[in-house]
This record gives sequence, structure tokens and C-alpha cells, in this order.
Amino acid sequence: MQKKENQEVENRPDNTAFTQQRLPAWQPILSAGIVIPLFVLVGLAFIGIGVALFVTSRNLHVLEMDYTGVEKTSPCFSCSDPIKQKNCKCSLSFELDKLFEGPVFFYYGLTNYFQNQRAYGVSKDYNQLSGDLDYFTFFFSIVPDSTCKPYRYDVNNKPIVPCGSLANSMFNDTFNLYQMKNGVKEEVPLDGKGISWWTDYNIKYRNPSVNPLRNAFNGTVKPLYWSKPAYELDPTDTANNGFINQDFLVWMRRSALPNFRKLYRRITDGLPAGNYSLEISYNYPVIAFDGKKKVAFSNVSWMGGKNEFLGIAYLVIGSLCLVMSVVMLIIYHWRNSSPDAN
Amino acid sequence: PTMNTCCAVLLEMGWKVKANDRAYHQLPEFQKKVFLCIKKSRYSGNAIKTYKYNALTFIPLNLYEQFKRVANVYFLALLILQIIPDITTLPWYTTLIPLVVVLGITAIKDLVDDLARHRMDKEINNRKTEVLLDGRFESAKWRDVQVGDVVRLKKNDFIPADILMLSSSNPNSLCYVETAELDGFDPLTLNCVGLTGLIECEEPNNRLDKFIGTMLWNRERYPLDLDNMLLRGCKIRNTDVCHGLVIFAGADTKIMKNGGKTRFKRTKIDELMNYMVYTIFALLVLVAAGLAIGHTFWYDQIGAKAWYLFDGKGYSASHRGFLSFWGYIIVLNTMVPISLYVSVEVIRLGQSKFINWDLQMYYADKDTPAKARTTTLNEQLGQIEYIFSDKTGTLTQNIMQFKKCTIAGRSYADLSARVFQPVDWSWNRYADKMFQFMDHSLVATVRSGKDKDAMEFFKLLSLCHTVMVDEDMVYQAASPDEGALVTAARNFGYVFLNRTQDTITIQEGDKENSYEMLALLDFNSDRKRMSIILRFPDGRIRLYCKGADTVIYERLSAESKHTKSTQTALDIFANETLRTLCLCYKDISAGEYEAWERRHKEAQVVLADRDAALDRVYEDIEKNLMLIGATAIEDKLQDGVPETIAKLAKADIKIWVLTGDKKETAENIGYSCSLLTDDMQIHYGEDVKSVPLTTRRVQPQSNRPGKRKPADPFFTQTGKNALIITGGWLNEILYEKKKKRRRLRLRRLGRRLPPSSPQDGQPMNDWEKEQRQVDFVDMACECEAVICCRVTPKQKANVVSLVKKYKKAVTLSIGDGANDVNMIKTADIGVGISGQEGMQAVMSSDYAFAQFRYLERLLLVHGRWSYIRMCKFLRFFFFKNFAFTLVHFWFSFFSGYSSQVNWFITLYNLCYSSLPVLLVGLLDQDVNDKLSLRFPKLYLPGQQGSLFNYKNFFISLFHGIFVSLIIFFIPYGAFLQTMGQDGEAPSDYQSFAVVTASSLIFIVNLQISLDTSYWTFVNCFAVLGSIAIYFGIMFDIHSAGIHVIFPAYFTFTGAASNALRQPYLWLTIVLTVGISLLPVICIQFLSKTIWPSVGDQVRSRREEKAPAFQRGRRSRRSGYAFSHSQGYADLISSGRSIRRKPTGRAGLQQSIREVPHAENI
Repeated sequence: MQKKENQEVENRPDNTAFTQQRLPAWQPILSAGIVIPLFVLVGLAFIGIGVALFVTSRNLHVLEMDYTGVEKTSPCFSCSDPIKQKNCKCSLSFELDKLFEGPVFFYYGLTNYFQNQRAYGVSKDYNQLSGDLDYFTFFFSIVPDSTCKPYRYDVNNKPIVPCGSLANSMFNDTFNLYQMKNGVKEEVPLDGKGISWWTDYNIKYRNPSVNPLRNAFNGTVKPLYWSKPAYELDPTDTANNGFINQDFLVWMRRSALPNFRKLYRRITDGLPAGNYSLEISYNYPVIAFDGKKKVAFSNVSWMGGKNEFLGIAYLVIGSLCLVMSVVMLIIYHWRNSSPDAN
Repeated sequence: PTMNTCCAVLLEMGWKVKANDRAYHQLPEFQKKVFLCIKKSRYSGNAIKTYKYNALTFIPLNLYEQFKRVANVYFLALLILQIIPDITTLPWYTTLIPLVVVLGITAIKDLVDDLARHRMDKEINNRKTEVLLDGRFESAKWRDVQVGDVVRLKKNDFIPADILMLSSSNPNSLCYVETAELDGFDPLTLNCVGLTGLIECEEPNNRLDKFIGTMLWNRERYPLDLDNMLLRGCKIRNTDVCHGLVIFAGADTKIMKNGGKTRFKRTKIDELMNYMVYTIFALLVLVAAGLAIGHTFWYDQIGAKAWYLFDGKGYSASHRGFLSFWGYIIVLNTMVPISLYVSVEVIRLGQSKFINWDLQMYYADKDTPAKARTTTLNEQLGQIEYIFSDKTGTLTQNIMQFKKCTIAGRSYADLSARVFQPVDWSWNRYADKMFQFMDHSLVATVRSGKDKDAMEFFKLLSLCHTVMVDEDMVYQAASPDEGALVTAARNFGYVFLNRTQDTITIQEGDKENSYEMLALLDFNSDRKRMSIILRFPDGRIRLYCKGADTVIYERLSAESKHTKSTQTALDIFANETLRTLCLCYKDISAGEYEAWERRHKEAQVVLADRDAALDRVYEDIEKNLMLIGATAIEDKLQDGVPETIAKLAKADIKIWVLTGDKKETAENIGYSCSLLTDDMQIHYGEDVKSVPLTTRRVQPQSNRPGKRKPADPFFTQTGKNALIITGGWLNEILYEKKKKRRRLRLRRLGRRLPPSSPQDGQPMNDWEKEQRQVDFVDMACECEAVICCRVTPKQKANVVSLVKKYKKAVTLSIGDGANDVNMIKTADIGVGISGQEGMQAVMSSDYAFAQFRYLERLLLVHGRWSYIRMCKFLRFFFFKNFAFTLVHFWFSFFSGYSSQVNWFITLYNLCYSSLPVLLVGLLDQDVNDKLSLRFPKLYLPGQQGSLFNYKNFFISLFHGIFVSLIIFFIPYGAFLQTMGQDGEAPSDYQSFAVVTASSLIFIVNLQISLDTSYWTFVNCFAVLGSIAIYFGIMFDIHSAGIHVIFPAYFTFTGAASNALRQPYLWLTIVLTVGISLLPVICIQFLSKTIWPSVGDQVRSRREEKAPAFQRGRRSRRSGYAFSHSQGYADLISSGRSIRRKPTGRAGLQQSIREVPHAENI
């Protein structure tokens, strides 16, 4: 009999909270008591953040100058056709009427420049750039990576190192900044150390462990558009050459949008008021694709560089939240007090 | 004697089985060609093979199966596209990984299923049974059983094949075949050992309700039908030993023929979902084409001049556009979500499990849990508009109970006398212990022997009937009503003991009395009464009559007493929806009887119109009756039926009862199960017959059915209507048009065509026919309740398909028996009542449970939840994929229309966003089950399909567009010309990607949190877990270590750590998330405040009590208790067969029960 009873209930489902769908649960409702205070709080918080961002941004200085040289009046007009003018130099003068507090960051900027093009962006060989010598040689058309085409081999089938469009098109204008002190040009020291990401410098990009570095590049050619091979990018600092050259790293970190700035140098002490002259060695052609070249000086805060968008956006959204909380309050009251409300 | 019918069907009997002759079945004439020249016997062995794969074929076959699905082919095509170097925009792994995961999950599921089947097959094939071999019964494995073998089955054995029952009377191998004939019954005593009978029967088929065959033995043919068969899949109970002859084995058995070939049903949501996937695909093509054109122009204007982009391929701008089109198809493929179908399947499987697990749908008495036999229809349960229900066995238990009576004006067991202790029958050794009666005073009255009327009352009950009895005092009644009445009399001490052709013996008190039966005036539906004329032992002749009150009252003698009080009691009984019968008697003098007897004899031999002549003769004697009293029988409903029906009606579900019963019975049941209520206007089919033709004949030919403007209501009176129609009336509407028939024939060749003979002879053109059908459906659907009586199984199915066709409504059929199979298969959802004897209904059903009342829970709770969950899931799923994919779209405008990629695409659908939404699809409850049941109105959104339709789809689309805009343009604005806090430009592509991806993950997970109305710790865990997994994986992928190992694949080194340590970017993320979610909260709140839905109201008033359900007062109605079949009067009077029902057989019928499908095939 006992056995039979066991048999009788063998099909009985388990009585657990899960199988019976009775898991303990919290069933939140968007009630007026939650939503309206939420909006008020969010609104106030957003306005607070917005004000902070906005004020901070207001206190930042940005000095941006175009030196493309499209207009005839531009000092770099003469250089704007770099094919004709090799090693053309031009200089840009500007005046600061008050101290530009340091550290000041010195950027170059490009517009209408699509570093975010896919084919362009992937045109590099990560193995090569991480210093793997196997990728420095021609090996049955497998290395360097085929994405580097058409900057993979030169006409003699010698591998290009670093290969690919991205490296090939590296920005090669250089700048020197002078302060005019009583008619005397005094060079402002530009700090080029550590302007790239730490991870890029230390992990992602590595030079082959060959000493001297140039030996690693035996049997390779420099990128077609480059004037100097990779191991000679910085003549002043031998440690700043090869794939871990700071300017190279900055360039290789491609931008998200077609108008971008890239960090060029840091001016640690800031720029005192006065007249300045920026000497540009104008090499990089942009006129062909209607691009613009710019330089920018900016200081930064906890929130980064000057950008009022976020502050304003916060203010607008915060205010809208407050307005909506009032609207919702009114509607809620109207709804609850009107006689036909169900 | 009835050979004609058998011979008529002999032609289609191609199946020959010879008992005890294995070699016979290997004869060449029974060989069929299997493959090229290899021939095999057409008789399957009994080994079954339900598994699909073996070790070798698993991978190719399973892949083949899976690639039959369009979605998988689509992704395979994408994969191929990605291999083409000019086109590829995503690395091959972005598609391959999800595809492999999806295929893998499905394959694992299939593998597990198949392993289970392997195991099951093995276990079943190795089961033991006893087979007659070389004159002895020997134990054999099931797989070795062959057609023609005689097997011996013991109690609790599973039946190994479809076998012809040869029952055993004694252990020394003597068998008899019990034929179904009522007459001609004489057990053929055969020696099983020497049994050489040849059986000819129909070929194996899947019809569980049909079997025709003949048995040739000793040069005589004996007809066989389904009653002779024991089908594989059943279990022997209560019978110790029985024998059988294997007719169909293994794959030929009816249960195997039934398996797997079920008609594929799809849900509305399925269809909608497919259309939406097509819509998305079209959108995808459009978007890709637009972007390709953009790319063409961009290349023309900018790209061609940008020397730095030179790729040395020299393609023209338009060629590049063309390539970028395919590239975008690949990149944006996440719009067509690969994981959608798999996720939907997982959710449905979960819902089905929940149904199986539901304790509140578990019937403890029979140990039957609810069972979702298909896992693809769950959300359809939330959209039911019409329920078609069988009556007997579904609404009612088919148990009649003698509840009350009124004797000589005094009512017994009235509700006012509230006695809760049933009468103790221990004084009566014949008493049926199951019989319950509440009024002790009646027993006392009867036992005291003082009340002549009461004694007469029960004497009548024990004499005036057509019940037959066997040795064990088991009554065989033509209708359960009669059985109930005779049983009642038996309990009260008037025990019907025996009957012969012309005597009836009863036990009255202590003495046995035999009454000579002079005439039996049997019941038919016109007479609505039956009478018996008896000669008492003391020589008196008396007529006893019982019948419907309407016919009896017309025939009462003027002196009859108690007519008023009895009438009152009858009204009370009828109000309680009891089936009533009036009992009366009449003393007849010998002379009067003889005169009548002569007329009766004459009438019996009249050739023309004998029945009418007999009726007239009966009429002569059945008058001037003296009323004794009335009985009230309860047609016992299944538990909770009225409440369930009332609930379902409140949920705007129309319930149609389709029954083979007659009109009055059905109507009575309609009232008792509160399908019909007093505030309803009841229309009868015959009365409204003319309406469709007269008022609505003038319909322009051009109007197609289904597209017509909403017709004027048929019933002009306001208020509820109910319609009661009969099968005959339906026939006029239902028989199919010629053209359609032809189409039908083409479509399902080989199926039996419906009998089609216009009976009224009116020439009808197709249009008119169709118009009639439309009219009928329109009219019927205006009614709250429809009862169709006297309908055949075919008609049941036709009614269902009519409603499906013209109303485009979701229908559900529920039934328990073989006659409901058609209807169950036709409806969108078929529900079988399990735990009954038959298994046909369950076998063809989609859901099975033991009690009708579980339907309420199935629909209002599980159906509703499933629907809401599925809708929520789909809406959200589309939204999240739009939001995700369209960010690419916006980015394209700023990246020269070139498409971008990272690992994120691969993992987004798999890891970061799928779990919480899957859990919502599985667990979400907007209101709990109690409230769902208490407020049936909550069911309405499902019927209207208002939670998921094109409107919702486009809302999801726009929501996705909105969010993707925010996700792209807020970071865009924030990034435009800015610098990081340490002066480095953060506006690089990788930081941008990290910010947008993080925003997206936050938004998607918080949005699902907003949509989750039932927060369990699992949900919490999933949401937090998804975000955590996202950051975990991101930091992993962006870590130094992985880059060092795979420098070419993981190139985002340091992006996450660089980007996410900048407060500015966090503020950007916060703003993005805020702007995306706040408007949603605001809109939800406002719409809930201004246009609150029922669900919202219920949720906000969770605590309040629902008003108690009120039942309307019932009006006066009368019912009577004869059920549909004629009694055994013919048999009794002809004397052909006062036979003993063989016990083995009867026992078996009751003892076969369905065992879960998987266990026993």
C-alpha cells in the first residue's frame, strides 16, 4: 500500500518557488511618488553637473589657428603646395595678452580627414608593430599582413616597415614655438615625452630587441611617403625612435571623427603674455582633399579640454527634467481630481 | 449476420494476418521494395526506432536539419560574404561565433533529446512479454514479437503492439474472441495453440478511432472493430491475464503512426514575427543601399582625392558603392537577430515547463500533471477568443446522481434541510456505497413501509427501465440517468435483481418478487417517456410510466393528486439545473389490457410506418395516469466548471459547446454550468434560420467575406444572446461548396471527403453558400454562448474551421474523447482532458490536463503570462538590436560611409544583453496569478493582440532609432574637439567605441530593468551580471596580456582603462543614459496616468478586494432526464440477448488508461 501511494504521486510536480513561479520578487511601479521626485532629483543633479562643467569649461582657454594657407593672405600660402615646395617653412605670429596657464597642450588638427575609414584604419600589421621580426621580411606574400596593401612591398618586393596606409600617411609637419622678447626670438621648450598612451608606448607597440635598432630594419624599406626611416624619426633622442616614437604613436591612434586634434607637445610652464611666433615646417598636403591644418593651444582641467557641449547639454536636460516633473505633477493632479477619472 | 457491411469494406482490407504463422508473413507477396533490389517484408517487426541520429549521422543530419531554417541559411550566407576579402567588413569570427553557438545549442538540445530516445527505444524494445511459440508461452523481448504472434499479457503489463483481444477464460490456453455484435454473441472458444485464424483488416493507419477487419475462422467470417483492439501504448489493469493476437507491430501501430506527424501549428506571434523579420530585412537592404549610395558620393567627392586613403585597387566609385553595400549588409546584420529564434524557443520551452510544473494544474486523484505536448504555442494561449468545448467528459463527468425527489407532494433532500451527513447504507447489503443521499427521513419512511407512495415510487424506479444486470449485480444502462435511478432504488431497498425476456425480478425488503412484463413502451425523443406494463404476482396489471414533466402532465388523470405541489418541486429542481422526471402509474383492468394488446400486436406487424403506428397505440394506453412524484438527477459537472466558464466569459472568451447530446440536455447543462444565464435571450437555430436568407440576401457580389463592413447586428434587442443550434441545421450551412471541395481535395489528397448531399434540394450557388456561412458565423459570434447539439465529430471540426476562417480568431478546442479529435486538431490550440480512459484526444492535443477547470489557469495565468512575456521579449529584442545597429548607421555619416567593427558586435547579443531579457521572457509577471484570475479583464489585451503588433514594432523601431541617435550624438558632441584630463586627445576611435558601447550596455540593461515588472534576485543578478560581464570582458580584451598573445586580434589594448579613468567620459555616459531613459519613464508615467490600462489599475490597487462574483437568479425551467440513446427495449423484448456482459472485457475497458506517451511506445 505504501508503495502504491508512492506510485500515485510519482508525477506530482515539485513544489518549489521556482517551479510554481512564486519566487520572491519586488514589483516596482512607476508611481507618482517615485517618478516625480526622481525627475526633480535628476534635474537638480544634472543642473549641478552642468553648471560645474560649464563653469570649468568657461575658464579654459583655447587658441586655435589655421595654417593651411588656402587664402593668399595666409602666411603659409606659399607653402600650400608641398609638391613644388620641398621643406617649405612658414611662420605664424600670435599674441597673448595674458598668461596662458600651464600646462599648456599644443595640438595639431586636421579637418575633413577620414582616419576612421575602415580600410585605412586596419591597414597595418600589428605583429610587425609589436616588434616581431618575423613580420619584417618578405615571406611568401604572407607577411606583412595583407591589409597593408598597397603599402606592403615596394617595387622590389621589399617589405615596407612599418607597412600600411595609416603609417604611410603619418603627419610630418613640425613646429617650433618662439616667444618674441624685445625683438629677440626665444624658443619655448616643448615637451614631447609621454604624449601618447601609456599602453601604446609600453605594450601595444614595441621595437624589436635588436641593437642598434637600424639593424632590425635591414632588408626593409621605409614607408613610401616618409622622408626618414622609422629608426631615425627623432634624431635628438635615440630612445624615441622606431615604433615607439611618440609622434608615431599619437598618429597611429586614429581618431573617431573626421575633424580631430592630436597632441603634439606639452608646454609645462604655460605661456606668459606676449608675442609669439610659430615656425612650421610645412610638409603635409591637405589641400587636395579640401582638408585644413590647424594648431591649437589649450589648457585642461579635471574634465579635460574646453568643450561647452556637455555642460550645456546637462543644463538643458536638467531643466527639462524639472519642467517635466512639474508637468507630470499637474497632469497627475488633474487626473486624480477630475470626476471622470477612473 | 452482418456480413454485408464487412464485405463492403473488404476491398480496402489489404492487411492479412495469420495467427501463429510467422513464415506466412515472409511470403513474397508481402514483400515490398525498399531500396533498389532489396526487399523487405511489409510487416514491420516490433522493434521501434524513434531516434533520428546515430553516431555517424548526427553531425551531417543535424546540420542539414538546422540549415533548413531560413535564419541559419541567412547567417551562413553572411559568413560566405565575409570570406570575400573585398566585401568583408567584419572579421569572419563575428558571425561564425554566434552561428556556432546557436547551432551548438540547438545541436546539444537535439543530441540530448535523441540520446533520451535511444535510451527509451532500447528500454522499450527490451521489455519482456510472453509469446506463444511452439505451443508454449515463452518470455520474449518486445523487439522479437512479430505480426501474427499470440501474446499473453498480465496485469499492469504494457501492451507491446496493436493486438486483437482474445480473452482468456481459463489458464489452459482456451481463448475466445469477443465480437462486438450484441446479438450473435457466442464466445468462440478457440484453442490458442491451434489458432489458425486469418485476419483481414485495413492497412496500418493513424486513426485511433477506427479499425475494421474480419476474422476468418472455421470458414466463418467474424467482423472486428476497434473494441476488439488493444492498442500499443496502453496498460492492462484489473485483469489478471489476457491474450492477444498481434495485428500491427512496431512502426505500423496506431500510436507510432500518430507520432511525429502532427500538423504543424504556428502562433499568430510567429507569423507576425516572421513578417517583422522580413520587414527588418527589407529595412536592412534599404539602409545598406542608402549607405552604399552615400559611400559612392563620398568617394567621388572626398575619398578619391584623399591620397592617404589610396588603396591601389583602382575601383570606380560605383563599384566601391556596390562593395560597400554588401559590407553594410554584413555589418548591420545584427538588425536581423540570429539569436531571436533560439531565444524564442528557449522561452517557449521554459513556459511549457512551467505549465508542466504547475501544481495547481496537477490532478492528485489521478496523478496527472498538466502537460504541454507542444512547446511552440504558449503565447497563443493568451490570445484565445473562442473556446469549443465538448460536453460529456469535459464539462460533465458523465455521472448521473440521484439527488432529490418529490413523492406525493413532499420534497426530499431539499436544500432547506441542510444535512451534511450522507445516509448510511450499511443496513442494505445490496447498496452501492458510492451512492450518496442527504435526506435521512426518506430512508426512514421507506424502511418503515408505511408510506405507500414512497414504496410505489421506488418500486417504479426498480421496474420501469431498460437496464440490464450481470451476475455481479453490475448494471448496464443505456443512459446513465437510468442507471442512476435504478441504483437509487436499489439503495432504498428495491433491488433490481434480474430480468428475462418477460419477467423482472426485484427484491422488495426481504422478499424477492417476480413481475411479468407484458409490454415495454420504450423511450424515444418524440415520446419523451417510457412505460412498462406489468402483471403483479397477485395478478393486477399496472402500467408504470416515467417521462418528462411536459408530456406526463398532459396525460395525468383528473383525479391525480399532488400535481400542484409536484409542479412546484419540479420548478425548484429545474432551477437547480437538475434533470427531472415525473413518475406515474396506472392500473389497468385485464379486459382493457387485452383490447390494447391486440392493437399493439397489430401495430407491431404493420409494414409501413410502424413506429408511428406503435406510437399511436402507446398513446392510447398512456393516459389517465396517476402521479407519484418526480425525481431529480444531477448531471454531475466536472469540478469548478461553472466558475471557470463564468471567468472565461468575463475574459470575453466566447464559449461554444459542441455536443452529440440532444437539445434539451445540452441546454440544461448550459444553464447548470452557467454558460447560459437568465439575462440571456436564447435563440434557437430553427427560429433564426430564415434571417440570414431574407434580410441579408442582398449583398453585392463583389463584397468578399472577411472584408465586409461590420454587419448590422442580427439581434436587435440589447442584452446578451445565446444561440442553440442542432447538427441538422448546421448541415445546411456547413456542407461545402463544390469549388472549395475541389480545392480541398487537391490540398489533402487521400483524406476522406465530407459527405455532401444538399438535403433541402435548393440549388445553391457558391456565393450564396459562402454568404450563409458568413452570416452564420457573424450571427453566432454575436452571441455570448453557443450550444451546438447533435453534431458529429466532423461537424465539430467544421464549426471550428468556420470560425477560424471567417473570424480570423484564435480558437481553442477542448475535449476528451475520440469524437473530439477532429475538432482538437482543427483548432489553433487543442486541449485534451487526460486521465480518462481514452487517449485519442490527448494524443492529438497540444495541451493536456485532467480537469476542465484547469483551463482557466492555463489561459488566464499561463497563457496571459506567456503572451505578455513573449511580447515584452520581442519588443525589447527588436529595440535593443535597433539601438545597437543603428549607431553604426549614424557613425557611417562621419566615417566616409565605411563600416566598422570590433569584438563588441560578436558579444553584444550573446553575453551583454541577452540574459536579462531572456529572464524577463521567462519569469516576468505583471500581476501575479491570483490577480490574473481575479480580474479576467486582464486577458483582453492578448485577444486584441495589442501588446505586439506592427504598431509596437514601429514603436520599438523608433525607440531604437532614438536611443541610437542619443548614443551616437551625445558622445559626438562631447568628443568634438576636446582633450582628456591629461591633455591626450581622447577623441580617438577606440575611446569613442568604449564610450558608446558602455552607454549602450547601460541603457539596454537599465531599460530592461524598467520593463521588468517582476524583480527576482535572478533578474537582479542577470542585469548586474550582464554589466559586470561587459566590463569584465572589455577589460580583459583591452588588457595587455591578451594583446601580447594575439597582437593581431585584440587591438583595443588599454582603450578601456584609458577612457574610463576620465570623469568627462563617465559624465558623457551618464548623460547619454539619462537622456535615453528619462523620456521613457516620463512617457510611461504619463500614459499610465492619462490612459491607464486594466493591468495598471489592477497593479495600483493590488490591495483592494474584488467584488464577489454574483450569480443571477435562475428562472423557471424544466428539464427531463432521458439522455440521448434509446434504451435496450428492443433487445429485451426480442429476447435475443439478455446476456451477461463478459467481465474480462468490461474490466479491460475501464482498465486501459493512458500512460505518458514517451514511456510506452
